[in-house]
Amino acid sequence: MKAIATTRRRKATGLPQRRAEAPPPPILPERFSGWFSARGWTPRPHQLALLANATAGRSTLLIAPTGAGKTLAGFLPSLVSLAARPAGVPRPEGIHTLYVSPLKALAIDIARNVERPVAEMKLPVRLETRTGDTPQHKRTRQRLDPPDMLLTTPEQVALLLASSVAERLFANLRVVIFDELHSLVTSKRGDLLALALARLRRHAPGLVTIGLSATVAQPDDLRAWLVPQAVRDDGGDGNPDDADRHSPTPRRGEGSAPWRAERAPGEEGEGVSEPADSARPDDSEGAQAGRPKPHHPDRRVPPRSDLSPQGRGEGGDDADFDDAPSSKSRSKSLAAGRGIPVRAGLAPAAGLPALAYPGDERGRRLSELVLVEGGAKPEIAILDSEERIPWAGHTARYAYGDILKAIGEHRMSLVFVNTRSQAELIFQELWRINASSLPIALHHGSLDAGQRRKVEAAMAAGALRAVVCTSTLDLGIDWGDVDLVINVGAPKGASRLAQRIGRANHRLDEPSQAILVPANRFEVLECRAALDANYLGAQDTPPVRPGGLDVLAQHVLGMATAAPFTFEELFDEVRTALPYQDLDRETFERVVDFVATGGYALRSYERYARIQKDKDGRWRVANPRIAQQYRLNVGTIIEAPLLNVRMTRMSRNAVPLRGGRVLGKIEEYFIETLAPGDTFLFAGQVLAFGGIRDNEVIATRTKDDTPKIPIYAGGKFPLTTYLAKGVRALLADPGEWHRLPDTVADWLRLQQERSMLPGTDQLLVETFPRGNRTYLVAYPFEGRLAHQTLGMLLTRRLERAHLRPMGYVASDYALGVWCLGDIGAAFSAGRPTVEELFDRDMLGDDLEAWLAESYLLKRTFRNTALISGLVERRSPGQEKSGRQVTVSTDLVYDVLRRHEPDHILMRATWTDAASGLLDIRRLSDMLSRISGRIVHKKLDRISPLAVPVMLDIGKESVGGEAREDILRDAAEGIIREAME
Amino acid sequence: MRDMAAAFDGFGFAGGFAAVAGPRPAPPEAEMRIVGAELLPTPDGALWWAAERMLVVADLHFEKGSTFARRGQMLPPYDTGETLARLARVVERFAPRVVVALGDSFHESEAAGRLLPQHAEMLAGLQRRREWIWIAGNHDPEIGGRAGGVEMAELRAGPLRFVHEPLMGAPDGEIAGHLHPVVRVVGRGGSVRRRCFAQDGRRAVLPAFGAYAGGLSLFHRAFAGLFGAELKPFVMGRDAVYAIGRANLRAD
Repeated sequence: MKAIATTRRRKATGLPQRRAEAPPPPILPERFSGWFSARGWTPRPHQLALLANATAGRSTLLIAPTGAGKTLAGFLPSLVSLAARPAGVPRPEGIHTLYVSPLKALAIDIARNVERPVAEMKLPVRLETRTGDTPQHKRTRQRLDPPDMLLTTPEQVALLLASSVAERLFANLRVVIFDELHSLVTSKRGDLLALALARLRRHAPGLVTIGLSATVAQPDDLRAWLVPQAVRDDGGDGNPDDADRHSPTPRRGEGSAPWRAERAPGEEGEGVSEPADSARPDDSEGAQAGRPKPHHPDRRVPPRSDLSPQGRGEGGDDADFDDAPSSKSRSKSLAAGRGIPVRAGLAPAAGLPALAYPGDERGRRLSELVLVEGGAKPEIAILDSEERIPWAGHTARYAYGDILKAIGEHRMSLVFVNTRSQAELIFQELWRINASSLPIALHHGSLDAGQRRKVEAAMAAGALRAVVCTSTLDLGIDWGDVDLVINVGAPKGASRLAQRIGRANHRLDEPSQAILVPANRFEVLECRAALDANYLGAQDTPPVRPGGLDVLAQHVLGMATAAPFTFEELFDEVRTALPYQDLDRETFERVVDFVATGGYALRSYERYARIQKDKDGRWRVANPRIAQQYRLNVGTIIEAPLLNVRMTRMSRNAVPLRGGRVLGKIEEYFIETLAPGDTFLFAGQVLAFGGIRDNEVIATRTKDDTPKIPIYAGGKFPLTTYLAKGVRALLADPGEWHRLPDTVADWLRLQQERSMLPGTDQLLVETFPRGNRTYLVAYPFEGRLAHQTLGMLLTRRLERAHLRPMGYVASDYALGVWCLGDIGAAFSAGRPTVEELFDRDMLGDDLEAWLAESYLLKRTFRNTALISGLVERRSPGQEKSGRQVTVSTDLVYDVLRRHEPDHILMRATWTDAASGLLDIRRLSDMLSRISGRIVHKKLDRISPLAVPVMLDIGKESVGGEAREDILRDAAEGIIREAME
Repeated sequence: MRDMAAAFDGFGFAGGFAAVAGPRPAPPEAEMRIVGAELLPTPDGALWWAAERMLVVADLHFEKGSTFARRGQMLPPYDTGETLARLARVVERFAPRVVVALGDSFHESEAAGRLLPQHAEMLAGLQRRREWIWIAGNHDPEIGGRAGGVEMAELRAGPLRFVHEPLMGAPDGEIAGHLHPVVRVVGRGGSVRRRCFAQDGRRAVLPAFGAYAGGLSLFHRAFAGLFGAELKPFVMGRDAVYAIGRANLRAD
């Protein structure tokens, strides 16, 4: 292919520019092959495969390990296309390639990486980044004079699409690259991005998507996400289970979205059931006139691609569809390096595009898949410390000396931790013992952007020996010459671990080096399981779930902000996005109604409607202020209100002076717990709290080295199902224990002696007296969220059995409940039996009754209310502290629940809570798994395995140094008891 | 605002504890005494002065929902009905001679004209056969007669003075609203955050009565200097009001 650019459909005429003939194109232009060979490289097969696919108008998912040249593969098609633009001809208006990354830092880093080949090949390509940190004047300029390539984040894409210049910006868009796609698709951010992609396609129907991803469990989910899904007949009228679908009542053991329409049995496996026309979001005539659509027997549906050389024509035949090789065989042949399927030259010169989407057994359209296996196996070890591994806790304090030693033995280490507070703590402690002053830096999300950039630059320059960091450095960032990754705390998921370890030695053929540092004994087991998983290449990314209705509401308002829309057009458009594929008409009506007036049964807000139907039946924004509101509230990341932390000096009479440096942002709730003079750890320094001035935290440096530590909501991940299984298997098999540190192996042996260890599919339930209470400790290993839900449901049952439960505590591994009544005796007498207590039917009425009064749904509702635009995050000129802003969502929730419990936001809240915070699906699976396999051990005292969870009791309500002593004493008492 | 994880951690204790504790007999009603006047705080958030047969409520914030809707935030339009229903309950219980609303009764002055017909009717019903006094608040400096009753800047009755905004250094006997006091109470293994009557025997600040009226911590600087060392808030429980000592109060 000579030039992708010349085949572009011209917007002005709406006609494709056709060429008389399509000569078979060389796959890589000379300029590029020259560049590769000048550097002693050869293009890798997957890089060429992506180029070929994109040239042929095929969207592609590239799954490759780090170091495989993923970035270059993703950008190569765009660079080739841009390089081929004829000189002297005015370049087409707007953005050619959009690159979307989940992280600001990643977008900036990738820009640096791509600028290099651009400069070296002297390509006429302008490339810019746009993030929340981009200055306003630059953003304005980008809208007026957009670059060829824009590297940005999902929120910025939503903002650009909602602007009045969206059409101009994106009409000539050719390629959209999604980096780290696996981390985006299963979140609400992914929902927002999927909707944005649907809209981008409407502006530029022929655009090609490229997804870059680490290995995932369900590649087909990502492949389907990348391409427009066929719009099915929505069946919104007269569906007999409508009433049921709209009931907010939890359905037993079910976390799926209530609006997911049931598919008729005959439809299963039949695949895409509509002609391609309805999938053309810009072809509203076809979409509207054809409803309901006749079924179409062909599951391969041509996409409309103006990247393909033959352009788009009318009529023609589609006989060519079926000879496309199946996607699976194609990707295999690629992986094996046997030739690149180049479809470009095979198509008839005129006629329909000879392209078809592969489909899957669920009738979804899929993108192409290019799979790159492997690389060298990483060398991972669990830290072999001389120190004893603690029973509980998360600081890994015992290992700091070992960590520093490892840093000293390597060129450049990354020290990953799971929370920002851990990062602060470890950073400070490492420096305390850092006798040889190794340059060690800190990097986490709440540090000031300027500070982070400095650290990043120092890393790239090789000026650092270690960086302590959180998930802000998790994703694909490639700075400097990292030769060791240290992961402190349990990795919580095999995929996450693989990702982090990929940071070391960013070259495919060299093994990465990593050390895992468990913070307590259960984490040792988890690390061991994670390690096995990584060797096996096991993956545990969650599956794609239906999109959130709150996100949809935000998007609808955004689209009205961009330009007036008709209901039918937008309904069809959003359903091309995978997460909203099964959205039914009535639900969408309710969402639009919600956006307009709140969608309440008491229709008293009509005159305040935010969007209104004009005389042509198109919805438009009622006034410019609404558009402004949308722009200020875009996005799905809800954070606690943040305050700047400004470090100043004290005046002579101990009053903080004006001025000083902003160190970063801190959550307001944390500051509210401080009194002036209190010290806290932030940005790697111990600061004394001086007060709040103009919505900034004023702090001064202090000599005090025993600070209170900030606690953040961010960065806590539940144990994944896959790792949980690994931990259970490890416990059940004493033959494997020799691979564990002695402290831990001894602990398990003692447990075997005193109580027992459960088999892989068993649930061990121990009961024992202590003080004037009895305790029940269960070990499901299903993660904290599921355990918390279980704890709440169990206490309700125990209450009914008159066992007088007093409270419970949940960790990732176990659950402890304490009662005034004698649980052990009750089980022995069968009142109730342990099987009855854990019966699956607790997910019915008990769950419903609990939720009705739980605080949890209020928390979830808050997020839903903010994302959907029911309440504002912030209003212009109203920058008060978080608490005083607008209205308490808790109060709104109470009122709405009493007066309109089946409101669409209540439904969205329930769905979120069930799948997220409550982890009901997982609890339900667990209860089914253990049914008939519960082992009750009635003990006369605490077992060794129960010690960690018992140490967790009361931990949350204790603070300050003096009470730490009380806790320590109490903790030592418990341990002695177990060991005696 | 507490972060989600902390809230979640908390419910193992606070929520779990409250949820499993069986019904207990309600404690005897706690009376407060302000400069000698005996006053009964109710769990609904109203104050009953039996000697004068006077019922006092603060910060009703009627039509807060529609005020927000007017600016593009479509809060559920059920707040006024709910606040009115609660008000009707206490009025029915005490059959007062006079009802005093301590200002910010409407979320904005014009809002009085926005009452839905059924709500206007309900309010008129409550006002029949009794005196009804709207003290002016910062949200509703003048209602303009659109909601019945009498509008006043402040009211003096016996030793007490009823105003909207508490005044630093005011003479003893001031009963005010405006600040929406709430407080966090810690107990064995948990804590709760509730609306409260802030009082020290010389003055009192009533909790907000309105369904959408949020709260401000008793430890917020806005309360600084208002109360003496005898500050003892009466905290609203579900069915009773509890006088709580300093040792069990937390900022948030």
